[in-house]
Amino acid sequence: MKKLFFLFAMLFLTTQAIGQGYGIGDVATDFRLLNVDGNYLSMSDYEDINGVILIFSCNHCPYVVAYEDRMIELHNEYAPKGFPVLAINPNDTIAEPRDSFTKMIERAQEKNFPFDYVIDADQEIYPIYGATRTPHVFLLEKVEDAFIVAYIGAIDDNYRDAAAVNERFLANAIDALIAGERPDPEMTRAIGCTIKVRN
Amino acid sequence: MVKILFILLVIFVGFNSDVAANQNEGNEIPVMNFDTFEPRLQQDDDKIHVINFWATWCAPCVRELPAFEKLHENFRDQGVHVLLVSLDDPRQMDSRIKPFVDRMQLQSEVLVLDDPNSNRWIPLVSEEWSGAIPATVIYSRDYHIFFEREFKYEELEEIILSIIK
Repeated sequence: MKKLFFLFAMLFLTTQAIGQGYGIGDVATDFRLLNVDGNYLSMSDYEDINGVILIFSCNHCPYVVAYEDRMIELHNEYAPKGFPVLAINPNDTIAEPRDSFTKMIERAQEKNFPFDYVIDADQEIYPIYGATRTPHVFLLEKVEDAFIVAYIGAIDDNYRDAAAVNERFLANAIDALIAGERPDPEMTRAIGCTIKVRN
Repeated sequence: MVKILFILLVIFVGFNSDVAANQNEGNEIPVMNFDTFEPRLQQDDDKIHVINFWATWCAPCVRELPAFEKLHENFRDQGVHVLLVSLDDPRQMDSRIKPFVDRMQLQSEVLVLDDPNSNRWIPLVSEEWSGAIPATVIYSRDYHIFFEREFKYEELEEIILSIIK
């Protein structure tokens, strides 16, 4: 009986961990986090935007690295249309030193990131969103002063090879918002690096 | 005739499991797409199947691998089959995957799942899976459970014992 309880408890915890967080249509919280330029940044600081491409990201994860160039291209393509990329590192930097703030600055300079890259240093933001991995995209549409979750998931359907992509899930979702339509699909999944917490 | 067939079948199955047991030593690690892999998620036999999704670059995955190895070692005679499904890029087979499997001396069965469109197949493994690894499926004929988390050996053992009982 105790074992059964244990099993249910684990199942419950697992479901809890995934069940938390935002769904489509939820109002997303703003935040004030340290950016690689040394200033604190909130989403409300952006002027004249239609939304934010919020990507939980980091330095070390090979899936992120595979997508860095595409993140740059997405920003260059969609920031002029009112949807800047904002990368946010949710990893604990003791658990994963390669994702330290100093290394974030280095990576941003190496790759010449045209987008902002902030650190969720207290790990308070990612659980509210329900991010579980990097990269993990939350496309937010700005309605009045609120940020509404419009799409959650993957950037596209081929992490390995940008040239072999069949569906650009994220780009299609932004195009849909710009056209005044709902993204389809609104949610996708992708393999990614689990978010690192301190043991 | 039926008896001969049965004997042949036993020999064949026995031979196959020998091959499976030694396959990491020969260093031939199979690479397959999801459609080829999928039957492994629903084998209709008397075993308890423990399928762990991992990658060489995933620190928590690497940290928990010894727990799955120990599970294989302690429970394989009790019908527990551990399958380690690597999500590494198969282009790194010789540079990274094989050297890692050798260095860790992995005894459980290892294969590489090579299917970049993970949005299609993640929900087919489990609707509960967001896509983060490590992730583990444990199932038998009348039991199925999924975890997106890192395990310690004692936790795995507790689950297996509760199923065997």
